[in-house]
Amino acid sequence: MDDPFVIADREYTSRLITGTGGAANLAVLERALVASGTELTTVSLRRVDAAGGSGVLEALRRLKIDPLPNTAGCRTAAEAVLTARLAREALGTNWIKLEVVADDKTLLPDPMELLDAATTLVDDGFVVLPYTNDDPVLALRLEEAGCAAVMPLGSPIGTGLGIRNPHNIELIVARAGVPVILDAGIGTASDAALAMELGCSAVLLATAVTRAADPEKMATAMRSAVVAGRLARQAGRIPQRFWAQASSPPR
Amino acid sequence: MTIEVNGSPREVADGTTVADLLAAMGLPASGIAVAVDGEVVPRADHVRTSVSEGAVVEILTAVQGG
Repeated sequence: MDDPFVIADREYTSRLITGTGGAANLAVLERALVASGTELTTVSLRRVDAAGGSGVLEALRRLKIDPLPNTAGCRTAAEAVLTARLAREALGTNWIKLEVVADDKTLLPDPMELLDAATTLVDDGFVVLPYTNDDPVLALRLEEAGCAAVMPLGSPIGTGLGIRNPHNIELIVARAGVPVILDAGIGTASDAALAMELGCSAVLLATAVTRAADPEKMATAMRSAVVAGRLARQAGRIPQRFWAQASSPPR
Repeated sequence: MTIEVNGSPREVADGTTVADLLAAMGLPASGIAVAVDGEVVPRADHVRTSVSEGAVVEILTAVQGG
């Protein structure tokens, strides 16, 4: 496989991880997932009587996409740990996208609860992929705790504000020994390309595709953007200069 | 006796097991997870785990999200 995306004990071809939230219906979601080329997709755990429970796992199985359960909605380490254990039971996977948010207004990760939950889940044998702040120190702490990747936000969930602090993402990438996955805040294709240009190993996005006017077309755009950004990173960009520099020989 | 299932009260017979409860609710054993009083009950233990009066049962499944 050319340039595989290696995370824990798995290898993927696609560097685009998608979410399933926000889609108008399952048919729209399925078309977008196929167009995105994703091989790993998040799902949430909810009470069986809640709406939207039917079909998503069957769809992922049919499309040969690995499900990545998340702990969305959890506010404390204890809640997140229980949700992760329930997800392992329901889906038969020890992979977990760990989310522990501080409040509904920002949906920003609560660093203390996040690190606490990550430590417990790693000890319990989980492959932990934490959704974290764009904080280089916290990213290191999560890696030291044994997380299989770190997933810093570009901007708050669902805002589509892109990457607000590219330098922090570069700092995280520069010191990480595990894959860095840009998670949250992606609004359009250039944001996804930038994440890859900054050195991220992959991009995780959901609403940028599912709530786009044409989800299938945006999924196609994101797929291309991630590939383009990866290639540009590997190609090595030219240094930025203040003054012009002629590319044609002098007359 | 009365137990709580996903936030709602439910009348069940004494000695009801997790497996009995799932069957009564028409739920499959796969693709779901059950917690009783905050502890996960592994699938293999559904038939031998009975619920007691006032037990808080959560039954979860995967939905679109994230």
